[in-house]
Amino acid sequence: MANIHQFEVVVVGAGGAGLMAGLYASRGAKTAVISKLYPTRSHTGAAQGGISAALGNYEEDKPEWHTYDTVKGSDYLGDQDAIEFMTNEAIEAVLELEHMGLPFDRTPEGRISQRPFGGHTNNETGKPVRRACHAADRTGHMILQTLYQQCLKNKVNFFDEFQVLDFLIVNGRTAGVVAVELATGELHTFHAKSVIFATGGHGRIFEVTSNAYAYTGDGAAVLLRRGLPLEDMEFFQFHPTGIYKLGILITEGVRGEGGVLINGAGERFMPKYAPTIKDLASRDVVSRAIYTEIREGRGVNGKNYVYLDVRPESVNKYAAMDGRTNPNGSAYTITGEQVLAKLPDIIDFCRVYLGVDPITQMMPIQPTAHYTMGGIPTNKYGEVVIDDKKTVFPGLYAAGECACVSVHGGNRLGCNSLLDLVVFGKHAGLKAAEYAKQAEYQNLPAGAEADARSQFEVLRHGSGKENAFTISTELKKIMFDEVGIYRNEKGMQAALEKVKELQARFKEVCVTDAGRIFNTELLNAWELGNMLEVAEVITESALNRKESRGGHSREDYPNRDDNDWLKHTLVRKENGNVKIEYKPVVITKYQPKTRVY
Amino acid sequence: MQVTLKIFRYNPEVDKKFHYETYQLEAEETDRILDLLEHVKGYKDGTLSFRRSCAHGVCGSDAMRINGKNMLACKALVRDVGDTITVEPLLGLKVQKDLIVDMEPFFDNYKKVLPYFINDSPLPADGRERLQSPEQRARFDDTTKCILCAACTTSCPSYWGSDDYLGPAALVTAHRFIYDSRDEAAAERMHIVSETSGLARCHTIFNCTMACPRDIQITKAIGELKMTSLTGKLD
Repeated sequence: MANIHQFEVVVVGAGGAGLMAGLYASRGAKTAVISKLYPTRSHTGAAQGGISAALGNYEEDKPEWHTYDTVKGSDYLGDQDAIEFMTNEAIEAVLELEHMGLPFDRTPEGRISQRPFGGHTNNETGKPVRRACHAADRTGHMILQTLYQQCLKNKVNFFDEFQVLDFLIVNGRTAGVVAVELATGELHTFHAKSVIFATGGHGRIFEVTSNAYAYTGDGAAVLLRRGLPLEDMEFFQFHPTGIYKLGILITEGVRGEGGVLINGAGERFMPKYAPTIKDLASRDVVSRAIYTEIREGRGVNGKNYVYLDVRPESVNKYAAMDGRTNPNGSAYTITGEQVLAKLPDIIDFCRVYLGVDPITQMMPIQPTAHYTMGGIPTNKYGEVVIDDKKTVFPGLYAAGECACVSVHGGNRLGCNSLLDLVVFGKHAGLKAAEYAKQAEYQNLPAGAEADARSQFEVLRHGSGKENAFTISTELKKIMFDEVGIYRNEKGMQAALEKVKELQARFKEVCVTDAGRIFNTELLNAWELGNMLEVAEVITESALNRKESRGGHSREDYPNRDDNDWLKHTLVRKENGNVKIEYKPVVITKYQPKTRVY
Repeated sequence: MQVTLKIFRYNPEVDKKFHYETYQLEAEETDRILDLLEHVKGYKDGTLSFRRSCAHGVCGSDAMRINGKNMLACKALVRDVGDTITVEPLLGLKVQKDLIVDMEPFFDNYKKVLPYFINDSPLPADGRERLQSPEQRARFDDTTKCILCAACTTSCPSYWGSDDYLGPAALVTAHRFIYDSRDEAAAERMHIVSETSGLARCHTIFNCTMACPRDIQITKAIGELKMTSLTGKLD
């Protein structure tokens, strides 16, 4: 008996973007949210430091500064119309979250509290500005909880622990998705007019990552297999401060509160690389600085890590040297109790995983694979656009980390990810419902789930000569080593060959679990297939872009090249081959110039 | 170091009843128990099933019993639990397969306490935030940390004894809203938690507080609800 459901709008994924989309779509259309995890398990919950909006609750700030900072952070690859749209919506978006009950920390006047963050500046002085609206160091957790709660309040339909395997296209239009119910192993077809992908990123293709196990690029891979393009896949963000070896995120908020980076020689090194905002430079800049220190022999004990120091005596010493002040003009100082109150989870992570107490000891950190800037190409309303002529694919939407609007361009600014989820999740939801109201359902073909079923059958009937875990481990290592922070032709060619070898070996994998109920082995193998697909287009896109920009740093092409490369990459697969095209960057107010922090 | 990992196994499609399987593994003392489970799944027995996602204690997927105590597998390190490790599913929820339990009754209880912000009064005229002092915000800070992992509820003997008890996690959620100065449905929620399936079933055993991977002072929070239910006062 086939399981067929009909919803006008189907949202795939229940993190911040999916929940916001579900909330807004369900106000105008019959909507279902399908998620491979329980919604509150989504990776939005791991975001720590804050959500950006020029509220100006402590000091002067304005959306124009937020726009410029984001454009500069993107290394001029972000589309300026979309960035301006997002930063103008930011204030309303954050206030809406507060109105939904989100427990932000407060200023003495009872307003939303804000802290400095990487790349957030007063454009007149160049000094850091307090723009990151925060709830301790669990801002993402509070956004995820609040949005899920509001969805329950508004009776949004959820299909929890359903993995979407395929996207259905009929007559060149959206027709629905096919999903497997993890608890039973049964396939379900969701007949829909609009489908919104909000499936998150793919950081799990890298060895050291802050990303959840769930981050395997499912949405991108599903659409790639259906012939749709992906944009700017070569751009991946490595966050400067992950816990050494484990990759667990240590928020930029630590540096926002005054923490500094220290090399193996005991020196604070960021002033060499970013003389004005030092430790609060953009993430790509700080990650490269850390790597440079390590390469030049100034890692700690000759190893590939440095220290992040938030001990009050260090913070107070460097704050005094920098002339940092409180909003009332007094000298900035911090106590151990205040560090604990502002950054409780970070302290807890360090104590649990490292046995290090950040109040009295420095934290060993290294850059960690963190954020997918590229993804499913959309316009600022979340509509998926499939070429360089802004052609919209009818009924298909994407929002959040899986999408590429592009507001992040070559490098995302801290706190803009949570903002992106809320703003573009909302608009994707609105547009999807609006479209569904005037569109007809496409007729589903007989056996709509056949392709999804055959993807699973292949995994159940391989020769068994290869082990999926071994393939996964080899993939992560080569991607981190050769398509990581620094890249070059030779290394990336080796990575591409390796990925193709692993794709071939993947065909010899056989899932040993023959059952239906919670067959997580089958699910993980399918996810590995997605990671291999995504890794291939990332590497091809990165090899093709012969310049350095944002998170894409090539040793053989160390400079940004606006003459040839001020353009987005569009990559797709045709008959198994990768095909690369381009589309222009939207530039409105800010002409590209040299990027100095 | 060598560790002995004994895992509860049950596959309803094959097994009439549960059994344990034991694996000898090479491990570092800083390995997470989750890392060991992943290793077993990857290289020894792919059929082993468990939930996991963030792998650092914030998503709440991998709560399970480790040497008899409820913990997150990603937050329990070998050095904390020793070289002989027994891993079992949470108690009080039906086992669906191996370490995966049916979470629906848990979320059903969560949904009973109106787990969402309620304030139908007009927004501030300037459209800005509803004001809340840092002190008012601190009043319910602890219970905002909950990740709904169910470690507390499934450690509670009162919950084991009666399915209809809301359980500590639902009460923590109620606390988070009842003491939020901006929320207007405290009375309604107090009515819900004051029924016989609520606060009266808490016998101050402290298992929940011991089990919480987020270090929420759950017994204290429930105590505050009990006090409010007696006095009618919110502070």
